[in-house]
Amino acid sequence: MTDIATSQPIDAATAPGSGRRLRTATQIYMYVALILVAVIVVVPLISTALGGFKTLSDLRGNPFGMPTEWQWSNYGDIIVSQRYWLQMGNSLVIAVLTVFLTLAFGAMAAFCFAHIRFFGSDYLLNYFLIGLMFPAATAILPLYIRIRDLGLVDTYWGVVLPQVAFGTGMSIMLFRNYFRNLPSELFDAAFVDGCGYMRFFWHVTLPLSRPIIATVGIISFVGSWNGYILPLIMLNSESRYPWPLGIMIYRGEFNTEWQLVLAFITLTILPTIIVFFLAQKHIIAGLTAGAVKS
Amino acid sequence: MSMSDTTMPGRTYAPANGQTRPRATPQRRKRSLKHSKWPVLLLFLPPALLLFTVLVILPMGEAAWYSFYNWNAYGLPQQWVGWRNYQLIFRNGAFSQALINNGLIVAASILLQIPLALWLATMISSRIHGALFFRLIFFLPYVLADVAAGMIWRFVYDGDFGLVGGIAHLFGAEPPYWLADRDTAMYAILGVVIWKYFGFHMMLFIAGLQAIDKSVLEAADIDGATGFQKFRLVTLPLLGSTVRLSIFFAVVGSLQLFDMIMPLTGGGPSNSTQTMVTFLYNFGVTRMQVGFGSAVGVVLFVICVTLAFSYKRIFMRHD
Repeated sequence: MTDIATSQPIDAATAPGSGRRLRTATQIYMYVALILVAVIVVVPLISTALGGFKTLSDLRGNPFGMPTEWQWSNYGDIIVSQRYWLQMGNSLVIAVLTVFLTLAFGAMAAFCFAHIRFFGSDYLLNYFLIGLMFPAATAILPLYIRIRDLGLVDTYWGVVLPQVAFGTGMSIMLFRNYFRNLPSELFDAAFVDGCGYMRFFWHVTLPLSRPIIATVGIISFVGSWNGYILPLIMLNSESRYPWPLGIMIYRGEFNTEWQLVLAFITLTILPTIIVFFLAQKHIIAGLTAGAVKS
Repeated sequence: MSMSDTTMPGRTYAPANGQTRPRATPQRRKRSLKHSKWPVLLLFLPPALLLFTVLVILPMGEAAWYSFYNWNAYGLPQQWVGWRNYQLIFRNGAFSQALINNGLIVAASILLQIPLALWLATMISSRIHGALFFRLIFFLPYVLADVAAGMIWRFVYDGDFGLVGGIAHLFGAEPPYWLADRDTAMYAILGVVIWKYFGFHMMLFIAGLQAIDKSVLEAADIDGATGFQKFRLVTLPLLGSTVRLSIFFAVVGSLQLFDMIMPLTGGGPSNSTQTMVTFLYNFGVTRMQVGFGSAVGVVLFVICVTLAFSYKRIFMRHD
């Protein structure tokens, strides 16, 4: 994770082919290529945002350009609507609970696997790693029936608990690898000083684990915030829908009015984009390094 | 994040053999309970173990059990049908289409997405201004929700109000309806998959490129290798493990693809864009065919586990 997080990826000294200065022709070709790809990435997003300001007939004749007349009310109506804030709130509650439990359960279990040898510990670790191999969708029907029998259908917990359960393998894996790489002198010293496992966990391991807490937290937050299939199966009431489900419902309702759907999409992805630009270094590092290591 | 500089790899003292920390010696264990490992095990392990067992392992086991029944989720499963659900799956044309589509996604990833990602990664890793900006832009689609990406591209592909329709209009052509045409819909979806995920693969390659010892490349320089020769004969072989990892993610991602398909086509028109998970959803969940849906889940599980194991064993043995 440090490789990506803390070193400049464009540092010329680490880049291959850096022995020679690039020729101008090569540079021009590179910029043309990079800008072309950037345009393909960005144009759908910008057209979506602009489309939200148009009227339907404007959109039909002019999907790319600036709105002929800015329809601020498209956005305004959604911003003041209860459903938008409700869905954002639902997503946030579900994501925060998921992150908290994924971190807590994962770090606690990983601590055991990293520091304590007990009967069957290797088997138990491998047991958790089975969870990394298949998506929640495979067992979605029995999972639904179980959640129903637990009385958790149409509650936040019905979404949160399966998300935590399916994130456990990743969480344990990343935490365990990190804990094992902390200097073992720490443990020896603490132990000699009469510090027990629990205090060591609280006062030594956790404070040293901020980078890995950030990684696991980002992975589980993004997964939960963007998740669709579990809320789709587990929730019935629109008042509990998180935003990905909300988009689908909104599109179903305003089927013929693309401009409103576009405004709605723009507003729902706006928080993601803002947070991404603010914390891009950590998010990119967390999502890629986390994936590689688990 | 600042902690990472002082505590991450490079200063690791953990023994590699699995026997980790020095344990409490018998005297110490006698001395006080807080040095015993049992309280911590009994407090720290059960939450994860319980949740994981109840909501991951048991449902998978139950899926195997339910898959032999015809059951609508109410009462108890009683109508035993043997292997019939599995027979129905493999006779179902939509399922074969889903298998083909999952294969297509992997193929598109290997043939288009990974080369694209690698090409961009080499450019961004070279001495170029604005590299950080491009990295940011290219990674952006990856953090967006699949549902949002699918919905945005549904607009892009729309013949009447979308960008593709607008381009056709510009040239005075009839607007195409790619998502509504069973011959083009899947290819349109492949475009969205690449748009959304190439940035992630690019980041893997950027990390891989950083790990390459640059003295090897300097040696190639001295020997008079051209840029392309250096890439083909030095960089690419050294990136082998990254390429294998990248393909692994493409396979795993393809097997899970669902969220993006739903807003785009929902699996249609006439099942031409089903993936295995949309098939499970459309044929098992929406019709509450628990037995059939569970059987699809079991097939998907077997495919996932077999692929993950054999791929890691065959291709990633040395990575």
